[in-house]
Amino acid sequence: MDGIHDMGGMHGWGATTIEPNEPVFHATWEAKAFGFGALSARLSGTNLDAMRHAIDRQHPYIYLVDGYYGRWLACVETLLTDSGVLAPGAVEARARRLRGEDVEEPGIPETAKPDYKPTGPGSLRPLDTRPRFEIGQRVRAKTMSPRGHTRLPRYVRGHTGTVILHQPPHVLPDTNAHFLGENVQQVFAVRFASTELWGEGAERFDLTIDMYDNYLEPAP
Amino acid sequence: MTEVPRPPDFPPASLRAEALESLLVERGLVDPSVVDGLIRTYEQDVGPLNGARIVARAWTDPKYKQRLLADGTSAVAEFGFKGPQGEHIVVVENTPTDHHVVVCTLCSCYPWPLLGLPPSWYKDPAYRSRIVREPRTLLAELGLELADEVEIHVHDSSSEVRYFVLPARPVGTETLTEEELVPLVSRDAMVGVARVAVPSLPG
Repeated sequence: MDGIHDMGGMHGWGATTIEPNEPVFHATWEAKAFGFGALSARLSGTNLDAMRHAIDRQHPYIYLVDGYYGRWLACVETLLTDSGVLAPGAVEARARRLRGEDVEEPGIPETAKPDYKPTGPGSLRPLDTRPRFEIGQRVRAKTMSPRGHTRLPRYVRGHTGTVILHQPPHVLPDTNAHFLGENVQQVFAVRFASTELWGEGAERFDLTIDMYDNYLEPAP
Repeated sequence: MTEVPRPPDFPPASLRAEALESLLVERGLVDPSVVDGLIRTYEQDVGPLNGARIVARAWTDPKYKQRLLADGTSAVAEFGFKGPQGEHIVVVENTPTDHHVVVCTLCSCYPWPLLGLPPSWYKDPAYRSRIVREPRTLLAELGLELADEVEIHVHDSSSEVRYFVLPARPVGTETLTEEELVPLVSRDAMVGVARVAVPSLPG
């Protein structure tokens, strides 16, 4: 989806700074959000791609204002609600009760976990077909704009680059996030010139990004 | 006009995290000690020290460095480093002529087994948006000035491949042992936003 999460190349963010001696977590709730996030795919009967998609789906305001671990927290709630482990609004109601408000809590819903079983651990899988593109071959990132999950960022779509490495085959996030099949496929590291992505006035550098077979077509 | 999708008295994250925990624990869906164990692992055990050990080994053992650059995943597994966000590791080497820097523009993918959880700047929209567009400018703002002739290579971590930067060994460290080199290697150098600082050696 073309969401707020797809930040590559956006203007307007200003500077960033490196916090010296930064703690791993800045507050106890961040640590808890991480812990529950790490368990969320298992608790909801989903997977890592569905988890990323649950983060991408947060409202842009929430995505930005809540920060990284706030997004994890929201994502856990989204996954558990989608899977019928928690009722919509259950977390908010419990939080309000914890601070003494007299609110009614929703009941426990009917479980609605996806009909889904991974064929192996993690995201890498064997594949016995030859890679469609050779190292050194010119390829173009497709112009596509799916409403669902994808790992093809906007800033490379329609641009032409060079395959520099064959990465191991992966499950395809675009379908796996929606439990529509693993669609195991070759992943290619593709290098783009900065001027191809950003025009003649761009800083000179190159950018390498891993592209699933589905995202690529032969260069015109 | 876009409305803020929450009421003004929406409970803060700290309270919602507590609420989530109480809901899951009371139904027996989560064992709090498992959550605490995960937190402890990434607070205490898995962090940039792992990556620093890899770098120090590569600087002092040319055969190891060769293996690391050829097959990062199995070379780091020699140290026992594997697990979530480390399914496949590709190591890129910074030299006086080539500079690699890593980002994840779509979320904040990061090689957890080697560096732990990502720091705030890596997750900052400013870093995620700008490093793929104006890396030389952004790196200079972060304190890393690169000469014009140094080629910059940006890696956007969009698959489950995780990139790890092998920084250049600083001049003046030739006499140091592997153990002495480990503490010099900073997290930021292993992402590509800093050099490993030259230590001030006793004269």
